[in-house]
Amino acid sequence: MKFHRLVLAGRFCLLALTSLLMTSSPAIGDAKPLKLSTTADHSKYKELQREFSSAPEVTKACLACHTEAAGQIHRTKHWRWEYLNPVSGQKLGKKTILNNFCISVASNYSACTSCHIGYGWKDASFDFTSEENVDCLVCHDTTGIYKKPPGLAGNPVLKDTELPPGSGKIVKGIDIAKVAQKVGKSSRDTCGSCHFFGGGGDGVKHGDLDSSLAAPVRELDVHMDATGLDFTCASCHKTSSHDVAGSRYTPTAMDKEGVHIRGKEDKSNPATCVSCHDNAPHKKEARLNQHASKLACQTCHIPEFARGGVATKMQWDWSTAGERDAEGKQIVRKDEKGRIIYESRKGSFVLGENVKPEYLWFNGDVRYTLESDKIENADGIVRINSLGGRPDDGKSLIWPVKVFRGAQPYDPVNKILLKPHTAGNDDTGYWKNLVWDKAIATGMRDAGLPFSGQVGFVKTEMFWPITHMVAPKEKALGCGECHRDNGRLAGVTGVYLPGRDASKLVDTLGWGLVLLAAVGSLGHGLMRLLSRRKPQGGDMKNG
Amino acid sequence: MGERVYLFKGFERFWHWTQAALILFLMLSGFEIHGSYTLFGFEKAVACHNFAAWSLVGLWIFALFWHLTTGEWRHYIPTTEKVLLVAKYYSSGIFRNEPHPFKPSALNKHNPLQRLTYLAVLLLVSPLLWITGWLYLFHGDWNAWGLADLPLAPVAIGHTIGAFLMLAFFVSHLYLVTTGPTMTSQIKAMITGWEEI
Repeated sequence: MKFHRLVLAGRFCLLALTSLLMTSSPAIGDAKPLKLSTTADHSKYKELQREFSSAPEVTKACLACHTEAAGQIHRTKHWRWEYLNPVSGQKLGKKTILNNFCISVASNYSACTSCHIGYGWKDASFDFTSEENVDCLVCHDTTGIYKKPPGLAGNPVLKDTELPPGSGKIVKGIDIAKVAQKVGKSSRDTCGSCHFFGGGGDGVKHGDLDSSLAAPVRELDVHMDATGLDFTCASCHKTSSHDVAGSRYTPTAMDKEGVHIRGKEDKSNPATCVSCHDNAPHKKEARLNQHASKLACQTCHIPEFARGGVATKMQWDWSTAGERDAEGKQIVRKDEKGRIIYESRKGSFVLGENVKPEYLWFNGDVRYTLESDKIENADGIVRINSLGGRPDDGKSLIWPVKVFRGAQPYDPVNKILLKPHTAGNDDTGYWKNLVWDKAIATGMRDAGLPFSGQVGFVKTEMFWPITHMVAPKEKALGCGECHRDNGRLAGVTGVYLPGRDASKLVDTLGWGLVLLAAVGSLGHGLMRLLSRRKPQGGDMKNG
Repeated sequence: MGERVYLFKGFERFWHWTQAALILFLMLSGFEIHGSYTLFGFEKAVACHNFAAWSLVGLWIFALFWHLTTGEWRHYIPTTEKVLLVAKYYSSGIFRNEPHPFKPSALNKHNPLQRLTYLAVLLLVSPLLWITGWLYLFHGDWNAWGLADLPLAPVAIGHTIGAFLMLAFFVSHLYLVTTGPTMTSQIKAMITGWEEI
């Protein structure tokens, strides 16, 4: 008992001492509250204690101190939506590429650019040199009230506004001065405000990025675990000069550079697993490190995607769009869980939750089917992007991917993929009118591309390497997921997988030999048995 | 009751039965790893297989020491003496209840066919299994050993070939055990050490 009390007392003293050391104010004597997460409390700046009549006015106030920020943003993909792949020479970026979700930005700017890191990109004439149109708040908001609704070309709503016009729905204006006074570091919420909702809704596009990652549990993402390691996106996507590391145009499929260390010059991608964990992270089982010479970490450590309760789109068939009900109105159909699986304006969807990825060799080389590329196999499947990789090129690992399959419009005469004008409250917007040729004529004109007037549909595939939603190690894939017949790596060639692979010849000969031994033994034994019944003399003693 | 001879010493019997159990278990888990059936599940099968393999290594260290220090290794020196006679016995004489042309003794306990068979297992099947098995066990260290370019397939297939040969030996061995003076006299000998001849 006494000892127990002594321990308790000791613990109490320790606790008191710790709290004394941790709170700085009593020592200083002045109990002024102090922020330790930043050296600048923006709510104290006079420049931000005012009314703002537009979002760009806020940016001007930011730039008064942060003089280089806009220029830094101007250099990034987040601003330009343009990217020249140095390996393939392909001109990529959201500005021009097509996908098999909402298809294309051209002629749909006001809707799509709600996720542009700027204000006012409503048509092709947007001024990319404008500094005040850089949107600081979308990444640095900490209040969660900052929103950029689609249709406003990336502008937030400052005064109560009817959106879309004529709908009777009022979007409340936000207190942008409050947002500006409370700016801070980027967070899962700020990055997620666009990246969780890519493809037009929560979880639609990536499958491994959706709103469940805003405050995930450990099982969903061991790094972002809100009550654990609590990583933000930027913990891995280390940003310098406002340029966020990591890319889907030039991903790092195999990182040979190892960990990033202070003092070492690191030009490699800081967002890879290896940049922290190195290339031989399994301490107990060296065998698993050997696996890592063939497998991306993600292959075992992300057993499934869309695990957070948000479904991702797996298929999107534009060719079924356009149905109307008896009254001529657009139709929406939902599945038993209330998720949309058909919309007149978009076509039919297949959704997936807890999806097992597909697997392929990937070396980081991504090629797109561009707006100018000819579609030669219209009866086959057009790959919106193709992932390069071979088992023997020394650059490839086996990666998990979400393969997004769909059907979308193409021009059977010009043999190119088509860019329809979808969003827009006008005469040609497909989502309003459900007329393909008018919508496509507008879209293609805006993109500066030819259109024959004919519309066909072609099957497409798009490949999304899976890299988020890393599970805790105890939830990583077990051996038997791949080491068996028809396992996860059933279609992946170029490796010998015990349990999946065998030499047919050796097996046939081997079992043949065993059978021969067995039959021979049985035959021999049978003959002994038969001959024993009819003794033919000899030494019976040994018989 | 015939003559009795003490053929198998205590350690030898211990070695034989432990090795038999380990090899049986290695075959059982090994063919699961190979994909022939599901029993323990792949992960457990690998763990068991590795454990049994290491146990066999340990056992062999003792067995090797015993064979070398006692001179028992001489029982595996091949000979052609009487080999044709013994072959003829198993292919015809045995069906006519003829006596076995070879009489085992403590100094010469294996008949010439046994000597040849055990030596073949020792010199051909075992090394194939051991070399490929070691490589398999240390797959994680291939890079460090400078074997980064060695594909797994030949190692795995070599190990499988060894396993089939061992299994074929095992099946024949099981049967030939019954061909002593009585059906059970040889197995009794390996249990008690004493063989009736």
